[in-house]
Amino acid sequence: MRSWLLLSVVVGATVTSDMLQAFEMKRQGEVQQAGTFVASIFQKKLLILSIFCMAISFFAFMSLVQIADLSFAVPASAASVVLETILANIILKERVDKRRWLGVACVAAGVYLLAL
Amino acid sequence: MTSSHLRWKTRAFAAYVILSNSFGNLFLAMGMHQSQEVNSVLSALAAIFNPVVALGIVLLISWLLTRMAMLSWADLTYVLPVTALGYVVSAVLGLLFLHEVITPVRWAGTVLIMLGTILVGIGDPHAEKSK
Repeated sequence: MRSWLLLSVVVGATVTSDMLQAFEMKRQGEVQQAGTFVASIFQKKLLILSIFCMAISFFAFMSLVQIADLSFAVPASAASVVLETILANIILKERVDKRRWLGVACVAAGVYLLAL
Repeated sequence: MTSSHLRWKTRAFAAYVILSNSFGNLFLAMGMHQSQEVNSVLSALAAIFNPVVALGIVLLISWLLTRMAMLSWADLTYVLPVTALGYVVSAVLGLLFLHEVITPVRWAGTVLIMLGTILVGIGDPHAEKSK
C-alpha cells in the first residue's frame, strides 16, 4: 500500500513538474542563447516551482526503491506518460494523434499488469 | 562532422543514456536498501551521503545532462523510444543484481510500457495545436 502511495507522489510530482516546465518554456519561446536562459531561470517562478516538484519526485522515488522492487518502481513510474499526455491535450491544447493515444493505452495497461 | 561520425556519436550517447539511467537507478536502489528508512526530509538528505546512493545520483545527473545534450542534435522522436529500452534494462538489472522475482505478468507489463512509450515518442514532435 505504501508503495502505491509513494508511486502516486512520484507520478504526481513528475507530472506537475513537466507541465509547469512545458507551460513556462512554451510561454518563453525557443531558447536562443544557453547562457541568457540559465541566468533567467531564477526569475521564472513556474520553473522554480517545477524544480521543487522534481526534487519531491526524486526523494519519493528514493523512498520507493527502498521498499519496492526496482523492476516495479522504474516501469510503474511511466504512469506519468498517461497523465501528461491527457493534460497536455486538455491544458496545453497539444494535438494527440491516434498512435499516441494507443501508446498511452499500452502504458496504462502495462501499469495495470504491474499492479496484479 | 561527417554523417558517419554523427551516427556513431549518436549511438554512443544513446547507449550511455540507457546504461547511466538503468545503473543509476540500480545503485540508488542498492544504496537505499543499506540506508535507514526514509521518513523525513532529514533522513532523505542523510541517505544521499551513502556512497552507493551518491554514485547512483552522479550517474542520474550524467544521464540527465547527456540526454539534454543528445536532444540538441537528435530528434525527440529518436531519443524517447531508444531511452524506453531502459525500462526493460532496469528490470533485468533488478533480476540479476537485486535477485528480484519477476513474474511473467510483470515482464508483460514492462514490455507493454516500453512499447507504449515508443508509440507516444514516435511521430511529429511539433504537432499542431488542437482546436
